[in-house]
Amino acid sequence: MKIVACIKQVPDTEAEVKWDIPGGKLNREAMDSVTNPFDEFALEEALLTRENYDGDLIAITMGPEKAADVLRNCLALTVNEVHQCSDAAFAGSDTFATASVLAAAIKKIGDVDVVFCGKQSTDGNTGVVGAVLASILGFSQLTYVSKVRSIDAGAKKIVVERAIEGGTEVVEAKLPAVVSVIKGINEPRLPNLMGIRKAAKMQIPQWSAADLGVDAGKVGAAGSCTKVVEIAVPPPRGAGEILKGEIEDIANTVTDKLIDLKVIK
Amino acid sequence: MANDVWVYIEHKDGAVTPMSFELLGIGKTLADGLGSNVCAFVVGEGTDNIAKEAGSYGAAKVIAVDAGVFKGFRPDAYAKAAAFLLDKYKPEIALFRATSQGTDVAGAAAAQLGFGLCTDTIGIAVDGGKLKMTRAAFGGNYTVTVVNEKATPQIATVRPKAFAMPVQDASKTAEVVKESFTVNEADLNTKVLEFIKSAVAINLVEADIIVSGGRGLGSAEGFDLLKQLAEVIGGGVGASRAAVDSGWISVEQQVGQTGKTVKPKIYIACGISGAIQHLAGMRTSDCIVAINKDPDAPIFKAATFGIVGDYKAVVPKLIEKFKGKLGK
Ligand SMILES: Cc1cc2nc3c(=O)[nH]c(=O)nc-3n(C[C@H](O)[C@H](O)[C@H](O)COP(=O)(O)OP(=O)(O)OC[C@H]3O[C@@H](n4cnc5c(N)ncnc54)[C@H](O)[C@@H]3O)c2cc1C
Ligand SMILES: Nc1ncnc2c1ncn2[C@@H]1O[C@H](COP(=O)(O)O)[C@@H](O)[C@H]1O
Repeated sequence: MKIVACIKQVPDTEAEVKWDIPGGKLNREAMDSVTNPFDEFALEEALLTRENYDGDLIAITMGPEKAADVLRNCLALTVNEVHQCSDAAFAGSDTFATASVLAAAIKKIGDVDVVFCGKQSTDGNTGVVGAVLASILGFSQLTYVSKVRSIDAGAKKIVVERAIEGGTEVVEAKLPAVVSVIKGINEPRLPNLMGIRKAAKMQIPQWSAADLGVDAGKVGAAGSCTKVVEIAVPPPRGAGEILKGEIEDIANTVTDKLIDLKVIK
Repeated sequence: MANDVWVYIEHKDGAVTPMSFELLGIGKTLADGLGSNVCAFVVGEGTDNIAKEAGSYGAAKVIAVDAGVFKGFRPDAYAKAAAFLLDKYKPEIALFRATSQGTDVAGAAAAQLGFGLCTDTIGIAVDGGKLKMTRAAFGGNYTVTVVNEKATPQIATVRPKAFAMPVQDASKTAEVVKESFTVNEADLNTKVLEFIKSAVAINLVEADIIVSGGRGLGSAEGFDLLKQLAEVIGGGVGASRAAVDSGWISVEQQVGQTGKTVKPKIYIACGISGAIQHLAGMRTSDCIVAINKDPDAPIFKAATFGIVGDYKAVVPKLIEKFKGKLGK
């Protein structure tokens, strides 16, 4: 079986965001970065799949030079192969452009059975690349997956559980499939020291737009329909009121105030 | 008409809730600004009642793809039908709810049409015929404004409860257009085997009242007290990541960056410090009550009402007072 994990590097949520507004691009090089939290679950699920069913696991990312770090982490966790899609032309890609590049990489890898993504990135927060990727590739679209029940590469079938509003949906789908996973599906493991040392010395192969055969005009800021035109800090919430006094009085006041909102029936 | 605003009506096996129609409200506002109509579109089997109800919530026209193959939700089938309709009619704007179904269909349909979309929008306005969409980014630390300059329709998913529910008026009816589009069963990739209903009765994303607990509860038993309070005031129970990771409550109830984004009218945070990753998931709640024994806890900066104290003393008092005042 051939398994791909899509791993994204994102700015640490604690980091200051450096934004190039006229260009509509994020200055990713200037920020502290981490592996997208949801992608740790995706990678772990990919590793578990390889353990349970055998096969090769390939991790891919699209991102600038320093995004190689997230792939190095994948190598430290014994991923068989990594590819970094990196080209100045990719900067500023929206969801469709991003998924187009990832789709091109998956096609280039060839004969892929299952692609794991995280539910959402914590920088763009769009949560839609998995669905878009499935649609572009014509693969089964399995989102919000909370459990992979079984994979049968011979019969080209996968059964998963999806955590959706109101409950869990059990879905059988044809392979190949794109599976995007949520928190709770597994407990991501950490790389060991030896793995980290080994990965530190490895070369991270890069694919440019030309290598992937994608038209540079159709990706990046130039090729994207959606564009960020403004970034702002959300207005602070109005200064709250600290209720002081005896617990009895506080409880009286706050329950009155809440009942006055006419929400509680 | 070409510059109409379309609203996707989601349902589960033909069942709708009033929330399914919520975007007809903001859809109408946008259509008024464009001098056009708000229309509903629906994919399913036996959609007549849904179409009728959409009319009562303000849709001027309902476009339906109705066939047996669309009985239960399947992303590939629904996205193909949605893409077909959007390509054929080319409305100016198409809105979906940012739910699992709305996101699945919007993302895949936009991809089939060959362009990007804006997801989980919380603010939306028309500026020179183009949408300006506001959404949270970077773990909720920032808001960004996004435009979609090249695509028709401009597709957006909209966060549940970001806009007011339209008022239902049973005397209003919509013109219904049925499109005979279908897909072959053999061409579909997915099949739903079963649906297991959640043991958690209240979906936090749609809840008006949430009582949430964090590490400060100290144990799983702490949540029993919160559940009692939630029951008295008709709310759902949420949690911070620390409480979930401690195994005190299910991951389904986590609020925040790696959990759910909620927007209740009342959010009561007990023993939660107010880390940015938690705030990211609840900071747009209408009224936030924080109960924390540390007066310097950052949650107090986000709270409408703050109570400095031990939740073990405060929560039982609240339960007692509510019970008395609500006659329960
Ligand atoms: C990538 C990433 C994603 C994350 N995603 C999320 C997410 O989705 N949701 C989330 O919540 N967090 C998330 N976090 C974790 C977040 O950073 C915090 O660690 C977490 O929210 C803290 O939870 P807490 O407030 O319950 O615990 P703590 O920070 O430990 O706070 C406990 C609070 O309880 C108070 N307290 C203690 N005893 C009592 C008592 N008896 N009565 C009253 N108050 C008491 C204390 O004063 C303290 O303020 C994420 C972190 C990372 C790095
Ligand atoms: N640049 C990227 N490189 C690799 N994977 C990505 C990239 N962008 C998004 N993804 C994948 O798609 C998921 C959803 O991302 P998003 O739609 O941006 O929130 C992520 O969790 C990743 O698995």
